[in-house]
Amino acid sequence: MFGAGGGTSSYRETEEANIILLWGSNAREAHPIYFHHVLRGIRNGARLVVVDPRRTVSAQWADAWLGLDVGSDVALANAMGREILAAGLENREFIGHATAKFDAYRDAVQKYTLEYAERETGVPASAIRDVAHAYAKAEKAQLCWTLGITEHHNALDNVFALINLALLTGHVGRWGSGVCPLRGQNNVQGGGDMGALPNKLPAGHDVENPASREQWERLWGAPIPHKRGWHLSRMFEEMEHGNLSALYVVGENPAQSEADQTRAMNLLEGLEHLVVQDMFLTRTGELAHVVFPAAASWCEDEGTVTSSERRVQRVRKALEPPGQARTDLEILVEIGRRFGVDLGSPVAERLWDEMRSLSPWHGGMSYRRLEAENGLQWPCPDESHPGSPFLHGRLWADPVGGPLAIFVPTEHEPPVERLTEDFPIRLTTGRRLDSFNTGVQTGGYSSPLRRGETLDIAREDGERLGIADGEVVRAVSRRGAVDVPVRYDETLRPGLAFMTLHFQDEVATNLLTIDATDPKSGTAEFKAAAIRIEKVAAPALVAR
Amino acid sequence: MSTARRLDATRPVTLSIDGASVTVPAGSTILEACRSRGIDTPTLCFLENLAPVNVCRVCVVELEGARVLVPACSRPVEADMKIRTDSERVRLSRRMVLEFLASSVDLSLASDDVRRWMERYGADPSRYGPPAPPRAANERDNAGPGHHHAASAGAAANVVQPVKVDNDLYVRDYARCILCYKCVQACGVEAQNTFAIAIAGRGFDARVSTEFATPLPESACVYCGNCIGVCPTGALMFKSEHDLRGAGKWDESRQTVTDTICPYCGVGCTLELRVQDNAIVRVTSPLDHDVTSGHLCIKGRFGWQFVQNRPEE
Amino acid sequence: MDLHLIPGAEPSAEERAAVDAAVGPPASAWETGERRPDAEGHVAFGGHALRARRHLLLPALWAVQSRVGFITPGALNYVCRRLDVAPADAYGVATFYAMLSVKPQPTTIVHVCDDLACRLAGAPALLDAMRGERGAESVRSSPCLGLCERAPAVLFQCAGEGAKDYVVAPAARTAADEPKPPPPPPPPISSGTRPIEGVGTSIAARLGQGSPSAPQTEDGRRETLRLLARVGRVDPESLDDYRAHGGYRALPKAIAMGPEAIVREAIASKLQGRGGAAFPAGRKWEAVARQPARPHYLVCNADESEPGTFKDRVLMEEDPFALVEAMTIVAFATGCEHGFVYVRGEYPLAEARVRAAIAGARKAGLLGPNVLGSGFAFDIEVRRGAGAYICGEETALFNSIEGYRGEPRNKPPFPVEKGLFGKPTVINNVETLVNVLLVVEMGGDAFAAIGTGASTGPKLFCVSGNVERPGVYEVPFGPTLREVIGLAGGVPGGRAVRAVLLGGAAGSFVGPGELDVPLTFEGTRAIGAALGSGVVMVFDDRADLRDAVRRIAAFFRDESCGQCVPCRVGTERQEELVARLDAGRPLRSTAEEDALLDEIARAMRDASICGLGQTASGAIQSAIRRLGVFSA
Repeated sequence: MFGAGGGTSSYRETEEANIILLWGSNAREAHPIYFHHVLRGIRNGARLVVVDPRRTVSAQWADAWLGLDVGSDVALANAMGREILAAGLENREFIGHATAKFDAYRDAVQKYTLEYAERETGVPASAIRDVAHAYAKAEKAQLCWTLGITEHHNALDNVFALINLALLTGHVGRWGSGVCPLRGQNNVQGGGDMGALPNKLPAGHDVENPASREQWERLWGAPIPHKRGWHLSRMFEEMEHGNLSALYVVGENPAQSEADQTRAMNLLEGLEHLVVQDMFLTRTGELAHVVFPAAASWCEDEGTVTSSERRVQRVRKALEPPGQARTDLEILVEIGRRFGVDLGSPVAERLWDEMRSLSPWHGGMSYRRLEAENGLQWPCPDESHPGSPFLHGRLWADPVGGPLAIFVPTEHEPPVERLTEDFPIRLTTGRRLDSFNTGVQTGGYSSPLRRGETLDIAREDGERLGIADGEVVRAVSRRGAVDVPVRYDETLRPGLAFMTLHFQDEVATNLLTIDATDPKSGTAEFKAAAIRIEKVAAPALVAR
Repeated sequence: MSTARRLDATRPVTLSIDGASVTVPAGSTILEACRSRGIDTPTLCFLENLAPVNVCRVCVVELEGARVLVPACSRPVEADMKIRTDSERVRLSRRMVLEFLASSVDLSLASDDVRRWMERYGADPSRYGPPAPPRAANERDNAGPGHHHAASAGAAANVVQPVKVDNDLYVRDYARCILCYKCVQACGVEAQNTFAIAIAGRGFDARVSTEFATPLPESACVYCGNCIGVCPTGALMFKSEHDLRGAGKWDESRQTVTDTICPYCGVGCTLELRVQDNAIVRVTSPLDHDVTSGHLCIKGRFGWQFVQNRPEE
Repeated sequence: MDLHLIPGAEPSAEERAAVDAAVGPPASAWETGERRPDAEGHVAFGGHALRARRHLLLPALWAVQSRVGFITPGALNYVCRRLDVAPADAYGVATFYAMLSVKPQPTTIVHVCDDLACRLAGAPALLDAMRGERGAESVRSSPCLGLCERAPAVLFQCAGEGAKDYVVAPAARTAADEPKPPPPPPPPISSGTRPIEGVGTSIAARLGQGSPSAPQTEDGRRETLRLLARVGRVDPESLDDYRAHGGYRALPKAIAMGPEAIVREAIASKLQGRGGAAFPAGRKWEAVARQPARPHYLVCNADESEPGTFKDRVLMEEDPFALVEAMTIVAFATGCEHGFVYVRGEYPLAEARVRAAIAGARKAGLLGPNVLGSGFAFDIEVRRGAGAYICGEETALFNSIEGYRGEPRNKPPFPVEKGLFGKPTVINNVETLVNVLLVVEMGGDAFAAIGTGASTGPKLFCVSGNVERPGVYEVPFGPTLREVIGLAGGVPGGRAVRAVLLGGAAGSFVGPGELDVPLTFEGTRAIGAALGSGVVMVFDDRADLRDAVRRIAAFFRDESCGQCVPCRVGTERQEELVARLDAGRPLRSTAEEDALLDEIARAMRDASICGLGQTASGAIQSAIRRLGVFSA
């Protein structure tokens, strides 16, 4: 849409915004230090709106919490867009100057009346209206999202629906206004920027664009495949179809992190050759034919990572890796050597300099500058460039320097797995403050907050089903079942349940989740499974 | 909030400090003006990433025309102020503040600066008489406001009491607490906004407390450790450090500090890893960093154990 | 915010009801912890609007305290939910105030004043007797209750449904004469007000005969009285009676004059604040009137806690409409739409009378959206302190109203610029405000002609201790200390004056050789003393001054908020030092102790945040130096 995959704003801008929308983000727990910036914004007078099915700890700070039903984000966003148009609050100047395909968007949102949205989302029409008006009227507005937007079968549509709102109101490309996906892991942004995506080379260059490819081929002195690769979900599909028989997994634990775990395990077990390179002997590692023990990249190795505000920062070696563990780079070089390719003895800084010689985003980011300036935000094309706190300022320039920003009309599509009489409860997933992903790292420290996995449900559901707070139940989806203690959670309404993926060894939540996947992004719909809750007959059947 | 204050370099303000003319941007504090001249000004409750609370009063200076001394840390400069930083009045108040604290609080883990200032101002904490015996655990937590037992003619009251160890991550040794308010600020409005701790009680019985002095695991504490990050006297301490010190193994000469980035979410917080014998013993974040302002969450602060849960060798 | 409440602590129905009554009905089930998923399962509002209620924290805590006798964890949870305040934060506030308890305690607590004037009247023996009778758990010693003219005094703090606090003074010394609760209150004076607590003797019954708290009003010399003119004559619960005694003449005149003219007259009057700092009131009002930031607030500091001071109490109890009228005028002059009266928690009757007067004035259109049809909007809210001397410090008082611990703020910024809620604020005590009625009625110049050139207008003195007729005395500025003591009938039995405490615990002692000092701002200043709040406490030649000095040292140690090091530790070290001197066990030598006290005093005076620490040594040092209290 804008041509670069990164948050458009700096965290600092949040502190000066007039309104902050956190959409499908529980930043208070999942991005706590980003939330510090939100809190400063609040203390400076900003209104906070949180859109989330649960009244999360983030939502408890909000001036307005819109507790939409899981998977109804497009309906809500489009209704806001329609309302902004109906009230004449759109930024006509910006739309006319910097965007394209507005008419298609305007036509598409016509049917998303407030009443329709109330029906689809459960959120009262008046609240939707108020938030739409507040967002449109704000001088500076931040719109941020996380996995609540992207872990859906229609992830990309969800993102487009939000970006459309920013275009409609001109809340992008200015200090204080922007759209920001908050990245879930410390180098999701950097990995993508470096080309660790099926269709990308470093710096957003398209692998299928011959001109882009050629520069890198020249630099590396090696040919690059002409066609994009497979994303993770596709890989599993191809395993299923017998087209993928060997897998080299670096720093991931798909045996536990993939939705529909039973299927994932079966496919991984069926591989002819599985190589796992990791700090831990994960469940995936246990299935592997070869395991490379790896150093911890953040404290036993040198390099850089890139944050959600596009800030490239140095990671450094503070500890000697244990035992036979080696850094990822050493392992790759050694594999190269065994394949008969001599990659020399590269160090991180030299690889970085090689990369930035061709990357306009990173050109000016020498290690020296990264260290002296607490990191730099891309794009930073040359050594004299101060880095870019926000993106797309060009949209406000006259003329617009580059392509126009395009409205992408989207339609509401509810979650793939409908609620039925047999599976009447919507299970959604997320993180807790003290834990991370499948818990392989956070399991290592003794958190006083940790209470193990629970199936969080509304008190009303518990009472209706005759299930006490703390009672172990069986949660059953169409794909599997787990035994798990129930916890009454006052942030949930009836019909909505919540679990995390943090304790996969004890409670394999991903036995329940659905692998319905967005064909465009490859993200699975972790946020919307359908389950039922069964009483476990004998008390002896307590979860392991 | 500390971030609300903005310096305006386009409007320089000139004042006199110890007879010398000093020019700083409007919005600067007297402390900043002093430091810009290299004048060593003691501070205890001041920290760059927190709004000044001006409670310790060790930074007071003499302002011509003012009836009483003024705190340098919080007082904004005004044109033509005449400041004395080393007058007899200033020296006396600074000495007394240091004596008051040193005679009532264990300052043995405070920075070397504190020892230097005590020497410079001739602070003699022993002149208030022998210290009163330690208080029992939780005794100070129960002191109500208002009437107290009459002061003893024989001993100097103090805050000595047992260390609170109620979780695996950090300890609270309030015998070392000077009530600088920084932990309360960091837990509260200045950073974390959890408000798990507050000042409770009043006067000499004032203390940092959870609600009903409940142990941390039952409190609202989320273990971000931002209180530890700002504590100037070692009252709040990583359990790892506390244990090493207890075993006599804490050795700063064998320690290194390395900056890196937190391995968890995508916010990109800088961690300062303090390492001894190839093990992380404490984690902080730089105060002047735009991303963290020195503050972290539980995962960044304490979640590193996995890199050193190594098999016994 | 994301509250983490105390696990498993649920509020009782009584606690909920008490809190709801104090802070208003909940707007949402999310605020109460009840569940309404059908209506609110998809939406919630809060944030800024909810947190803006923080100022109701102290009223909410008071509601719980008064209902169940202490702040239970369940009730604290409920208060926190309703106001979006974290439990530890609220706990920190609750533990700041001596009249609030976070531990179970009996539902009736007897506060026996054992401060200076009551000590002279046998308070220690009374305290022992009451402890013996009722048990130590139920009886507390209390700092000055502001009833020095009727020493010894006792405050009954009562919890339960409909329970009211009340005072008994003078209190019987033996259990046999134990004071009983007051007779049933007279009927409410106007709808919506609550019944009035009494003091044992019905003031209405004595109407016309003057007030025993202000003996001049009983003497038939009333024509010389201005501030006390109505005291003891007007029915304090009747607006009509107030009008019949000249009330509400100044307000219409003031409105006709306009704000600028009122300020001009106030400046011309040279009226100085009567709380101790003696700042020119007109200048303060002018400064606030000129502030562009809005809104402006008017705060009446009725936290009269300086030991030996009770004049504001007498004004509020006996002529409360005068305060309401005066505040309305000052608010009009300074552009304030909202006023607060912060009454100390130990003054239940004054609080009730002021509340009733406000309600009465509001009903009569003298407060509200359109005062006297002038288009000027002003209303007043009463806030009750909860036992903290420091809250008489103006910025501590702001924090207390705002729902924070009553810790003073560093100045500047001053209240005229950033006061209550960070907005321009007029803050004056009761006596200062009531003077505005005179300024408006007689004009600034005429007011300035009263008293001396530098101290203008009438002045109230609180004469107590060893005098024949303790009470509030009004004089035009000018008479000497000896003359004021003479007004009160002198020392009983013709005994000699050993010492006089001027200005309260924060003031200083003067000796028998200084009785001819004129009680003016300039006169007292000339001998190194100060008028302070108008305390004249007389100690005769049998009085135990060592005991008084120890009490003063203990008082400051108790009442220090604890925020700044010089005061928090200095008041403790000072008390220890005084204890050593009293015990005759100085460290090293008495001379060295004197030098040490001097250094402690200088550090407290120079480096403390507020006036409490800055004045905490004055009386003690004056007793040692002027009177040689520990030399003999």
